[in-house]
Order: sequence, then structure tokens, then C-alpha cells
Amino acid sequence: MSSNTRTSRMFLVGALLVAGGGLAFVAMSDMGENLVYYWEPTQLMEAGDDAYGAQIRLAGLVQADTLNWDEPSQTVQLVVEDANQVSVPVIAHGAPPQMLREGIGVVVEGTYTQAGVFEADQLLVKHSNEYKAPEEGATAEELYQTLEQDFKTN
Amino acid sequence: MVSLIGRTLVLLALGACAAGGVAGLVAGKTRSRQAWKFTIAMGLAFAVLMTLATGVMEYALIVHDFSVSYVAQVGSLSTPLTITIVSLWSSLEGSILFWGFVLAAATGVFAWSMRNRDPEHGSYALGVLLLIGAFFTFLAAGVANPFLPTPGMVPLDGPGPNALLQNHLLMIIHPPALYMGYVTMAVPFSMAASALLAGRLEANWMRSLRRWTLFSWSWLSLGLLLGGWWSYEVLGWGGYWAWDPVENAAFMPWLTATAFVHSSQVMERRGQFKGWTLTLGLASFLLTMLGTFMTRSGVFNSVHAFGEGPIGPIFLGFIAVCLVFSLLLLGLRLHHLDPKTKMAGLVSREAVFLLNNLLFVALTFTVLIGTLYPLIREAYDGARISVGEPYFNKMSLPVMVAILFFMGVGPALPWGDGNLNRAGKRLAVPLVVSGVVGATLFALGIRDFWPLATFVTAAFAGVTSLRELVEPAVNRAKQKGENLLVAWWQYASRSRAKVGAYTAHLGIVALAIGIAGSAGYKQVMDVTLTEGEPKEVLGYTLIFEGHETQQQPHRRSEVTWVRVYRGDRDLGRVDPRMNHYDTMAQPIGTPAVISAGPGYFGRLAPSEDLYLSLTRLSDDKRAVSVRVMTHPVIWWVWIGGIMLFGGGLLASWPGLVKLREKRRTKLKQKVDA
Repeated sequence: MSSNTRTSRMFLVGALLVAGGGLAFVAMSDMGENLVYYWEPTQLMEAGDDAYGAQIRLAGLVQADTLNWDEPSQTVQLVVEDANQVSVPVIAHGAPPQMLREGIGVVVEGTYTQAGVFEADQLLVKHSNEYKAPEEGATAEELYQTLEQDFKTN
Repeated sequence: MVSLIGRTLVLLALGACAAGGVAGLVAGKTRSRQAWKFTIAMGLAFAVLMTLATGVMEYALIVHDFSVSYVAQVGSLSTPLTITIVSLWSSLEGSILFWGFVLAAATGVFAWSMRNRDPEHGSYALGVLLLIGAFFTFLAAGVANPFLPTPGMVPLDGPGPNALLQNHLLMIIHPPALYMGYVTMAVPFSMAASALLAGRLEANWMRSLRRWTLFSWSWLSLGLLLGGWWSYEVLGWGGYWAWDPVENAAFMPWLTATAFVHSSQVMERRGQFKGWTLTLGLASFLLTMLGTFMTRSGVFNSVHAFGEGPIGPIFLGFIAVCLVFSLLLLGLRLHHLDPKTKMAGLVSREAVFLLNNLLFVALTFTVLIGTLYPLIREAYDGARISVGEPYFNKMSLPVMVAILFFMGVGPALPWGDGNLNRAGKRLAVPLVVSGVVGATLFALGIRDFWPLATFVTAAFAGVTSLRELVEPAVNRAKQKGENLLVAWWQYASRSRAKVGAYTAHLGIVALAIGIAGSAGYKQVMDVTLTEGEPKEVLGYTLIFEGHETQQQPHRRSEVTWVRVYRGDRDLGRVDPRMNHYDTMAQPIGTPAVISAGPGYFGRLAPSEDLYLSLTRLSDDKRAVSVRVMTHPVIWWVWIGGIMLFGGGLLASWPGLVKLREKRRTKLKQKVDA
């Protein structure tokens, strides 16, 4: 191999490294703004100001006597709470899924607003991954596990 | 009994793979004729044994032999026969067996095609291929054994396969198509490895390598398309692509294989890019393995995941071995394959190919980073996150449009050093056409940057690709005084690879148009319809006319009837439904999709889809909540995908002319003898 081809090869490798590094940098900085966080109400409250505006999947149970569907405006109101009794009021847009009822596990995706309300554009009812009857009182971790696919299927 | 036969066959297949794998490497090193013959025999034996094993499993499924654990897991007396047959790949163990079967079939075909070829190359490749086979049969014989006897009492009936599988015809053909693409990628990997092991890479080996890759690539394209199509027709969220980790897993090897198919042409014609091309070939297989790991280990939850099992770590180990093997090969052996010629100037087809290759690889990395980041982050600080679609869209759109642009430039440039003036002349017509298209669309109100940029670039690339398909035939018709159709047929049958390639290019153009239109101009609205009351939604009038409960053995469907009008025109009655399966708590909706765009030229024309997805039926069944969506030009996506598949297969098939030549030489040999 002549030194000439070696230099040009070194140059090529260097150029590729610079390009790759640049790409990785852009990718990483862009990714930060587009992350979706998987939280439950406790974590949402702990996040404080960081929670506003971030894309969040909030998991918990529908609190008793809080479920309300307003048909004309196509919105569902409910309160999601977790095992620590921390609760977050949610407004979800669209019709409620057939299975939605009080006490059942749900995951909502959307953003937390300054008004202290979680605005969701997706609301999913928890069911088991193995397609068995949903268990009441499931933990948030289990909800995430089983609902991941439904964000694609709904 | 059945489970014993099945296990025996899988174990024999494992034996054949292990013995043949070792023999192949030995034959490559020592060039022993005997070891080479043995390797071929083992390759064929692998194919036969796995075919038998899969047949045994199908038999067990069809006769509902619940003493076989896999049948007890996915079988059910109430499942229709076709669904029973395809439930072979509806769960982990069966899918690994099916995987092994496809690999075995590919190995058999490869072994057969190699029987008269150069023993050194052939035996290394077949050896590596059989060792990969050994890994899969090892899985099927061990941690993912579908033939285990059912523990305890043999049940009288089973739960049936995942209900999502039972919902649509596309689900029956999507998995095998994707498997064909994924699994046969092992062949180019083995061939590339063999070139490095042997330390040489001749023209005919390069050609076979490119053909096999094209073959896998075509099936991968079809698998991706059918997956998206199924998702659109069945899942009811109204899309075909969501940058889901599993989709990405199949998209990444598609990207590197696409890059490979192009750089291998430079390798074949100019003897350049050998290392780069082989790296892409090796990487494509590694990415399919990564994809298998991601879909089968349960690290990502998705439609495709079957839950966690011991298979994950084993797979990771295998990927690590393959990666180290590939890196070692490239590091230690690549210098044997030095380039013969100097790189041509910038105005050359190979320069454009190189640029496009870099873009494809950059895109692969972006997708890879976005897909793996949540896993890395969770391992690092336990945070559960996912990377949103906006990241992927923002990062990939510019790269994709750039690829589309270079796809339009490439065909206008000659191999080797070209002339800027002449290239300019070749590009003038496409540039003018795309300018006119852009101006027209802009005047019509399509002014969003990315959709408009995509349409303009697609027009540009469309014209250059179309010209390559038509111009040679026109020239031939003029020269020979033939009818244009005859001339085209003569041209097409003589240059099948070229026709296939540009058909695939036009497929990409159609895909780009369909994606830009359907993603850029989709509309969504949630409404609740009361029985008998017309409602205006997104330019259509919808009337909920009634409801019916249909009872089938395996499910109950709540069917709703919605009449659709556009203006005064009755577009018919559609029936979005919700299916309740005995085995699942949550109903699965089946959306209703009709083509109903302005003018309604039928499905091929640039019309739009009206998409109705049922979310809720009120308790008194008098009101129905529907998510209504319109997707303009979405049919171009399906048409484009089919063109990719067809074009790829056409180009990968050995040409008619080649076959004719072969026959001629054979005849000559006979005469000489």
C-alpha cells in the first residue's frame, strides 16, 4: 500500500469519524426534547416544574366517583391515583374505551399543564399481556409492561 | 409419540449442522474434496430434517394433539383451520422452529446451488451457514423446544393463538415474508465471511452475493410493507409506521441491505468498496439478529413480544460471537482484498452511490441510537422512558429526502469519470418536470415544507427512473423498426436486473409520495353518532344505521353499520366492529376503511381513505363513538411496497439470458463429449 493511499484512507476515516460524531451529537441533543417519560402520580409530583410540558405516560388507577364523560365535547374526566394515594386530575380527549370504569388501571399519554391538570390525547385501559382478565390493583410497573403495545394499537 | 419424533428430528438436524459446519470450515482450509461433499450432504440433510420437524409440528397442530406442549399452548378446537396452521409462528417456541425451517430451506437451496462450484468458497460459506443453523436448532432443541410433552394432565382443549393473529389475512402472510427476509440474510453473511476467510472475491462470487442479498431484501421489503398494512387495516390507530422498536429492528437491516445492494455494484464493476460492501453485508445479518433478539427476548413490549424467557441472554451471546467473528474477519483478512482501481471523480455513478451509502448508514445509526437509548438509559439510572416519534421523524426526514434526490441523480451519471455538461443535459428534463410539479402543487395550496420537498424530489427521481425503463425500448424500436411493446419486452427480458432495479426505484418514489401525503395531510376527529342522525365529519356525512352481534366459535363481534355520503353521493355502508375474544378481556376493534377521495377514481388514483375506528358502543346500543380519519394518497404506500418486492425479486433472479447461455454450454459440452 503506498503512503498516498494510506494518507487518503486516514483522511477518509477521520472525515467519517467527524461526521459520525456530529450526527451522534445532533441525535442526542434532539432526543432529549423528544423523550417520553413513564411516570406515576408520585413521580409526576416529585418532578415539580420539570413536569410541565414534558411528554408523559402516566399510569395509575381510576379513583372511585371521578369518572365523567362529556359527549358533546368528546372529553373524559377522571382522577388517576397510585399506591401512595397521590392523585392527578386528567382530561382525556376522545371517547372512553369500552372497558373504562372506576377502579381499573389506566395509562394516559399527554402533558401536565400549569393548571395542575393532565391533558391526555390517549387513554388506555390496562389489560394483561397474555390476554387474560385484567387484575385490579395492578402496580404501575405492570401497567407499563402490558400497555406498551396498546399505544400502537389504539 | 409426536413430541418424541419431533425432538428426535430437531436433534438430528442439530447434529447435521454441527458436523457440517465443522466439515465446511475444514474443507475450506484443506480443500478436501471429501469434506466438501460431506458438507453439502449435511446442508441438504439439515433442510430435509427441519422440513420434517416442521411438518410434524403442523400435523400436531392440525389434529389438536394437546400432548405436545406447544399445541396445548396455542391450539384450540374452536380455531379455524387456516389460523391453526399459521399458529406455528404465533408464539415463541413455534416461531423459533419456523425460523429454523426457513434457514434450513435456504441452506438446502444454497448447498444445492453450490454443488458444482469452487469448493473453497462454497465450503467456507456453507460451513458458516450450518453453524448459524446449529445455533437455531440448539434453541429449538433446548430453551425454546416446542416438542416438549405437556406437563401433567393432557388438556382437552387449549386457549388458541393470540387473538390479534386471528383478525386478518395479512397477519397470515406478514410473518413468513419477514422471516424470509430476516433468515435468508444469513446467506449473504456466510458468503461475505467466506470471501474474507478465503481472502479472495471473484466476480461470480460477488454476483451471487448480490443476488442473495437482493432476494432477502425483497422479502424484507414485503414483510415491512405487510406489517404496516396489517397495522393500518386491523389495529385501528390509523397508521402504518410508529417507529416502534420492533419496526426499527426490521428497518435497520433493510437500510444496510439497500446500501449493500448499491455498493456491491461498484464492487462488481470497478473492484472498489470491497471492505465497505462486505461490512454492510455482515452488518445486515447482525442487525437481523439484533432484531430477533429485540422481538423475541421481551426487552421491548410490543405486539411482537412473547414475554421474557431465558432466550434473551443466549441470543445476546450469539450476537456477540457473530460480531466478534465479523470484526476479526474484517480486521485480519480485509487487506487480501485490496481495491484494483482508483476512485473515479465526483461526476460518476460510483460517487453518487458512495454518497447514498453514507446517508443510508447515517440513517441506520440514527434509528439505532433512538431504538437502543431507552434500554441504555434504564440500565444506567433506572428511568423508564421511550424516544418519541418526533425524534425519528425530524432526524430521518432530511436524510430520506436527500436519498431520494441522489436516487434521481445516479441514473443520469455514467460509471467512471463523467462529464458535467452531459450530466447536466441528462438532468434537465427531470429538473424541469419536478419544478413544474412543485409550482403546481404550491399553487394548489400544498405549501408545507417537507411534504412539498418530498413531492418535488419524488417527481425528479420518478422521471429519471421512468426514463431508464422506457428510453432503451424506444431506442430499440427506432433502430430495429419493432413495435414499441415488442421492443420493450425484448429489452426487459434482456436486462431483467435493470428493469427490476428501476421498478424498485419507482416503488420508492410511490412510497415517498404516499408517506408524505398520508402523514402530512391526515385529519383526525372523534365523534359520537346517534342512531339515524346524520353528522358532518371531515367532509363526509355519516349516519349510524344500526348494530348487530355476530357470534362465531372463537369470538363475538359487535358490528355497527355506518352509511357514508360525500355530498349527495352514497359511498355505501361500512361496518367498523369490535371483536370480543373469549381469551381476552379487552375487545379488539376492526376499523372500516374505504377509498373515497375527491373524484373517486378507485383505489389506484390519488384518492384518500376514510377510516372509521370504533371506540365505544353505548350500553343501549343507540350511540356509537368513532374515531374518524382521512388519509390522502395512502394507497401509494402499498403500491410502492409491492413494487419494491417485485422489482427486487426480478433483479435477484438469474437472468433468462444467463440460463440460455448455461443451456448452450451444457449442450456444447455434450456435443464435445
